[in-house]
Amino acid sequence: MNLYGVRAIYLSEMARTRRTLLQSIVSPVLSTSLYFVVFGTAIGSRIEEIDGVNYGAFIVPGLIMLMLLTQSVSNASFGIFFPKFSGTIYELLSAPVSSFEIVLGYVGAAATKSVVLGLLILATAGFFVPLRIDHPLLMLLFLTLTALTFSLLGFIIGIWAENFEKLQLVPLLVITPLTFLGGTFYAIDMLPPLWQTLTLFNPVVYLVSGFRWSFYGVGDVSLAASLAMILLFLGLCLALVRWIFQSGYKLRP
Amino acid sequence: MEPAIRVNQLSKRYASGFQALSHVDLTIESGEIFALLGPNGAGKTTLISVVCGLVNPTGGQVSVSGHDIVTDYRAARSRIGLVPQELTNEAFETVWATVSFSRGLFGCPPDPDHIERVLRSLTLWDKRNNKLITLSGGMKRRVLIAKALAHEPEILFLDEPTAGVDVELRREMWQVVRQLRETGVTIILTTHYIEEAEEMADRIGVIHDGEIVLVEEKRRLMRQLGSKQLTLHLPSPLERIPPSLNGHQLELADEGHELIYTYDAADVSSEDAAGIPTLLSDLRDAGIQFSDLNTRQSSLEDIFVSLVRGRQ
Repeated sequence: MNLYGVRAIYLSEMARTRRTLLQSIVSPVLSTSLYFVVFGTAIGSRIEEIDGVNYGAFIVPGLIMLMLLTQSVSNASFGIFFPKFSGTIYELLSAPVSSFEIVLGYVGAAATKSVVLGLLILATAGFFVPLRIDHPLLMLLFLTLTALTFSLLGFIIGIWAENFEKLQLVPLLVITPLTFLGGTFYAIDMLPPLWQTLTLFNPVVYLVSGFRWSFYGVGDVSLAASLAMILLFLGLCLALVRWIFQSGYKLRP
Repeated sequence: MEPAIRVNQLSKRYASGFQALSHVDLTIESGEIFALLGPNGAGKTTLISVVCGLVNPTGGQVSVSGHDIVTDYRAARSRIGLVPQELTNEAFETVWATVSFSRGLFGCPPDPDHIERVLRSLTLWDKRNNKLITLSGGMKRRVLIAKALAHEPEILFLDEPTAGVDVELRREMWQVVRQLRETGVTIILTTHYIEEAEEMADRIGVIHDGEIVLVEEKRRLMRQLGSKQLTLHLPSPLERIPPSLNGHQLELADEGHELIYTYDAADVSSEDAAGIPTLLSDLRDAGIQFSDLNTRQSSLEDIFVSLVRGRQ
């Protein structure tokens, strides 16, 4: 195992985050805080509680999820897309590192950043809304698994995309709508019956629900279903990454 | 001792159907400077890319110091440093950071002393804290060499090292390559500047349309294929070559003002020095005087052009 190689990739990705602190950390934390201010403090007080949870606090897990998903995907995709785009990927491909080590370095760094971001947003939320976390360990598990899974997805998108437009396509056109419609701002039983059924096909519902369960002990779907969904997603992404490296897809002609 | 690189029946057909390499056999000995010559699109970069792991071969094997590049890729790749043709780099990193990154990536523990030696030898030390984006083209090229040397490779690939580099820097680059060879590094460079191969290489391989056309020691190649010309400038023009000189390979040029004698460069060391003394005495006997003379040996470029043309 080339641990020095993994370390080099990981540290250089983290250095990139430090160089772009405003864009990669400050801006997502700030923009999420705006939701807490508006929905938590301003409007939230006029909305009745959901499942016994104050509305401002109710939306916190979903909003963290929203940021976690979009940031993991965009950060991890950019991390591998840019070397491909600029040509510096030649070095990675000619180095004695296995595909597993490459993924560990890039995805590990992207996931680390997302977890830090998630915790920062959580801490910020504490200033605006009455927060409580019933199952902190489970919360951390969900946070880490989601960060990891969607960083993997981002890595895949970064390899697949040939241009900046494709890079933005999935975060903007798939992940953001699915998260908004995935129960971030409402409980699913507030929807008309038909939409309740349709919503269950949205995988993000399971992530938001499981994450919210770890906070307040209530969710739209069972905890087991949530865990199963995130693990299924993780497995799918791992299989796809494995296929990419075995076939050389868009990396080694 | 295992050769540095052994390429056996290597073929590469891209998904587009383009056959970039066909059944290439090549052995590169440890410690030599090998120049791979060929016109654009001949397969030079593909060959390097396969050896370095950037492109998957469709047939054949390659081993690096005895290690197969597929089944034993870690051992093979850790012995190689690659300087690519394009000036690509992480624009916002510093010289120091990017060179240190390369060392780690290739599985070596941090060694600031080694990085310092590499940077000093490439006169990059003063620029170590500069961001790459602020460097000139020549400096960026050096950074790529420094990155390739960061993990102390035994074999260095230089893909068109002096493309788009000014004359002075090119000479410096050659100096760097020679110094490296003295430390025992095997160097493989691709170029379409014949001058470069002529200046640097111990052996030369010519690749054309994905096939190795010829591999030869540079000196022998130039001797074997090189012909020499002796040009005599005549103060009074000749209308035709006198019959007494028919025994020599002579022709007239510049409306009779030049007499050109073509001979084999390999014969110069023979007893009558390729017939030059005889020619000169025959000229005197024929009463032909000359005001100046010069000789010219065909360059690798001439050899190369005639080789490639001969195959078309």
